Amino acid sequence: MIFDLANPSQLMQAFGPDLLLMAGAMVLMLWAAWRPESHEHQRAVGMGALVLIAATMGLTIWYATRGLSSTLGVIAVDNFRWATDLICLLGAFGAIALSIEYNARERIMPAEAHVLVLFATAGMMVLAAARDLMIVFLGIELMSVAIYVLAGLNRRSPKSAEGSLKYFLLGAFATGFLLYGIALVYGSTGSTNLVEIGQRVVNGNYIVHPMMLVGTGLLLVGFGFKVAAAPFHMWAPDVYEGAPTPITAFMATAVKAAAFATFLRVWLEALGGMGDAWFAPVWWLAAVAMFVGNTVALSQRNVKRLLAYSSIAHSGYLLVAVATGTLAGSAAFLFYLVAYTLASFGAFAIVITVGSTGDVHGNLEDFEGLWSVRPGMAIAMGVFMLSLMGFPIFGGVGFFGKWYLLMAAIEAPRPLTTLAVVLVLTSVVSAGYYLNVLRVMFMKPRPEGAPVVERAGVLTRGVVFATVLAILVLGVIPSRAIGWSRASIPRAPQVQAAAVNAPR
Amino acid sequence: MLANQFHSLFYAFGFYLFGLVAIASAVAFVTRKSPVAAAMWLVNVMFCLAALYVMLDAQFIAAMQVLVYTGAIMVVFLFVIMLLNLGHPSELADARGRWGYIFATFIGLVMLAEVMALNRANTIERMIPPDLAARAAAAAATPLAGGIIGPVAAPLFNEYLLAFELTSVLLLAAIVGAVVLGKRRTDAR
Repeated sequence: MIFDLANPSQLMQAFGPDLLLMAGAMVLMLWAAWRPESHEHQRAVGMGALVLIAATMGLTIWYATRGLSSTLGVIAVDNFRWATDLICLLGAFGAIALSIEYNARERIMPAEAHVLVLFATAGMMVLAAARDLMIVFLGIELMSVAIYVLAGLNRRSPKSAEGSLKYFLLGAFATGFLLYGIALVYGSTGSTNLVEIGQRVVNGNYIVHPMMLVGTGLLLVGFGFKVAAAPFHMWAPDVYEGAPTPITAFMATAVKAAAFATFLRVWLEALGGMGDAWFAPVWWLAAVAMFVGNTVALSQRNVKRLLAYSSIAHSGYLLVAVATGTLAGSAAFLFYLVAYTLASFGAFAIVITVGSTGDVHGNLEDFEGLWSVRPGMAIAMGVFMLSLMGFPIFGGVGFFGKWYLLMAAIEAPRPLTTLAVVLVLTSVVSAGYYLNVLRVMFMKPRPEGAPVVERAGVLTRGVVFATVLAILVLGVIPSRAIGWSRASIPRAPQVQAAAVNAPR
Repeated sequence: MLANQFHSLFYAFGFYLFGLVAIASAVAFVTRKSPVAAAMWLVNVMFCLAALYVMLDAQFIAAMQVLVYTGAIMVVFLFVIMLLNLGHPSELADARGRWGYIFATFIGLVMLAEVMALNRANTIERMIPPDLAARAAAAAATPLAGGIIGPVAAPLFNEYLLAFELTSVLLLAAIVGAVVLGKRRTDAR
């Protein structure tokens, strides 16, 4: 079926999964506010949110299997959108599952916390769908506003407040860049629709127009902030450390995935014809993010900060896919995103289980000798670290993620050989800190008087188990998932303008 | 429209009146020590800008300027000043050091240069792609159907319907967030 997006009722249908999530979030919001704060209420609303997300996932999969498409309009109806939706919904499901138990432990009472996660997820789904710079902006804001609040949810922790305020101020700053970029791109092309911009860029000689060049540069800075790519990463470690850990996991995976997905769509569909202009800046952004993320992570003593720098490095890896400017690059991008999301989410879940009330958890010393007290958790953490590193077999799907990223980089019309070499070398550097976590867990004795690592709640254990299983299973049989990501590339209606005019 | 002499004289008088008042109010806004007085001067700047919009035949934008900036945003400014009890100038540190002045002068000169550059005849033509300039000129030549608000309202509820609805979801999320952060804790330790 082809949706006619000029018709409001068909536009509504094309927006179905997003509308289901938004409407459900509003109902849950009323329910959350209906009764006084208590742990039981928080848990019940959380469970309701999990059911809602599962329903939205089901609807998204149903939409994805029907082979829908649309006319040219403000939103896209293609498999890239559904794939990004599913990754973000998976992240939201995990974040709420972890939050229910974490919030009870940390005595974070408001049931609205789960509603805000749902609003942020709605923003991500809007981002995944957006084919208009205006919708891109609204999606980013909807996502960010909810995340600013979630980062400061733990009001007893000064670090949480500090991180939240920093994120808010820098986020507002980044939004300014993004909005200015959007305005200049609109000013020079006369359209906010990505595909229309793409066609005009191809037809006119836009590469010499200073307004368009400045606009593109500002868009790059804005997106660079949102995906935490060095040198626009300064906020990430503090915010990741201060935020409640389930929210950190959410930020490092789903938020990043959504921001990257819209980044990639804007770059492929709208600016594909400007490859000569943006190729060098994106190249350097990727190289610097990989280098800074991996080298600074070496000196981190706090696992949350370590994972924050690791996520900056992974932004660099994903930027390699953006720099290819091809549809093969976008397939590798989606596959890598799945691998990264699983491993990163699991690692943060382990950080939660190792910690104890009061947010004092997460130093490397707390992981010493974890093998002797909680062997299952230690093995799971080992799998996550190896997967993030890209180690074969034990790292499961992480290895294939990096492999396909390298293939896409080398086979691009403008081969990114140097960038591929940087990717491999910085991955070797990353072994220095990923393997260090393993060494601390397996080879050091549990120190005397170390805090007891309590048995995690059933939801937390479920998240850890599911992510480990997914990583290992996808690591053994990756072909199905690769096929899916190949089928899930951005597909513009009418013309494949963006892809055809990718840099050569 | 402004063909006759008297009309254009009146127009010039209005432009200089509101322009100069706006500049004077802006200077007063940055030099007042009391935050409340500064905010009131800013309100004055906004009113003058609204008057200039009316002179550009943009009555709708002028009305919005008064409602949104002069009304809503300035009220929030004053709320914040009063809620945080910032009304006492003596307690405020003066951020305007020597470097602050130098930096501000620099920014001012850059903006002045920008205006001068844009005023040069061919800058706009070089900056804006020709097909776009042609379309803009064609749009400007077409008389507005449905008054002043029609051309704003029709796209808002047709072409940009989704953006409009998403904005309301965004505002809802922001309200929920503000309540969560601002609510009194039930189990204050």
